[in-house]
Amino acid sequence: MTPRRTLATAGRVLTQIRHDPRTVVLLLVVPSLLIGLVAWLFDDTPVFQQIGPAMLALFPFIIMFLVTSIATLRERRSGTLERLLSLPLSKLDFILGYALAFGLLAVLQATIAATFAVAVCGLEIEGSLGLLLAVAVSDAVLGTTLGLLASAFARTEFQVVQFMPAIVFPQVLLGGVLIRRDEMPPVLEAISDWLPLSHAIDALNAVATGSEDDGYVVGQLLILAAFAVGAIVLGSITLRRRTQ
Amino acid sequence: MVNYSSPAVHISGLRVRRGSNVVIDGLDLELPRGGVTGLLGPSGSGKTTLMRAIVGVQIIDAGTVRVLGEEAGSAGLRHRVGYVTQLSSVYDDLTVRQNLRYFARVLGAPAADVERVIDETDLAGQADALAGSLSGGQLSRASLAAALLGSPELLVLDEPTVGLDPVLRVDLWGLFRRLSEAGVTLLVSSHVMDEATRCDRLLLMRDGAVLADDSPTGLMAATGTTDAESAFLALIRHGARS
Repeated sequence: MTPRRTLATAGRVLTQIRHDPRTVVLLLVVPSLLIGLVAWLFDDTPVFQQIGPAMLALFPFIIMFLVTSIATLRERRSGTLERLLSLPLSKLDFILGYALAFGLLAVLQATIAATFAVAVCGLEIEGSLGLLLAVAVSDAVLGTTLGLLASAFARTEFQVVQFMPAIVFPQVLLGGVLIRRDEMPPVLEAISDWLPLSHAIDALNAVATGSEDDGYVVGQLLILAAFAVGAIVLGSITLRRRTQ
Repeated sequence: MVNYSSPAVHISGLRVRRGSNVVIDGLDLELPRGGVTGLLGPSGSGKTTLMRAIVGVQIIDAGTVRVLGEEAGSAGLRHRVGYVTQLSSVYDDLTVRQNLRYFARVLGAPAADVERVIDETDLAGQADALAGSLSGGQLSRASLAAALLGSPELLVLDEPTVGLDPVLRVDLWGLFRRLSEAGVTLLVSSHVMDEATRCDRLLLMRDGAVLADDSPTGLMAATGTTDAESAFLALIRHGARS
């Protein structure tokens, strides 16, 4: 792995996205619009205050997962991945290049969404705004890295789109949005402990309500980071230079 | 150390399976350094599989493939072998020059290389156009340009002239000749038999086996024919009789 090749790859991915302004606008604006819709839907009720923090975890996570997995699948199908792997580019250069480029977009997206939720939708945050942003950003980066991993197992566009319900929806269902995690059947609660999105939602709830101290939130952040690193390592292991 | 006495490609006992199909079974082949070798044969004869094995991106069942004195696909060869697949293998949403700059940075090739390969493939007029907006022929030249970056010693080109108009095909063969004169070894596949006479050496493939390995004149003399297409037919008929 060399920083030059990783950065060249990240720069190339960002240049590709720059040529597609509609995608940039959709990426940056859609999560905020969805959060605004939820806030409006539950106007005059305390519901948005309860689920708003979780929305900050959900929408960027799902969108970054989808965008990344399709981008890397495209790379496989166009033959560019085969070309790259016959060049002196390490597999980690490739995965990290993507993680960096989409991670940067994730930072922008999560910042816009969190600012919009607090400033426009009136989401009340007891804890530190900086920590709220940090969790929202690492959650979006996590979506990116899981998308990279998922695309390694998809051969077609149809498969990759279905990885979304397969990988993302269980995390949404068990993440504590529909029902608090400690009220779930014990088996499901135990499973949800091992799903990264649960930790993102726990952390955002903790920051919003101020129910836990900053140390707890930082702990959850570290868990998210560990999942992201794990997905990057697994993703680069599953890339194959030689194929059938 | 670069070992100039080793052949460009040395294959022994190569066996490749795809699913339950054996695509290549027990192939031996040696390509000397230099010159343009044409790999001819109908579609499905195993040309692409053989080329992929030489570049080192094909999972092989048995046998050894050595390229420029190293094992095919080893890290040391990634600077020394250029490969063009039948897919365009460039980014549609980047311009030709942006594509080439990226591949040059990955290779560690000097920045001036980008302009050199644009000139060599006659793409100066399209350098700032998005690859997705190019015609098929321009796209395959853009892909070839990327393979020329870093001046590889061995170029493996899978059907580089498909869909090109006759003038461009002649230009491209002129480029292959110039590269060969500069010392590059080229392996070029084609299913267009009339390109055979432009090669120094011909490999005729059918059903995963090399039917003939000779110079164009040698091949036609041996089969008593006057063009590659008839020579190919003569070889198949001969094989069917024996």
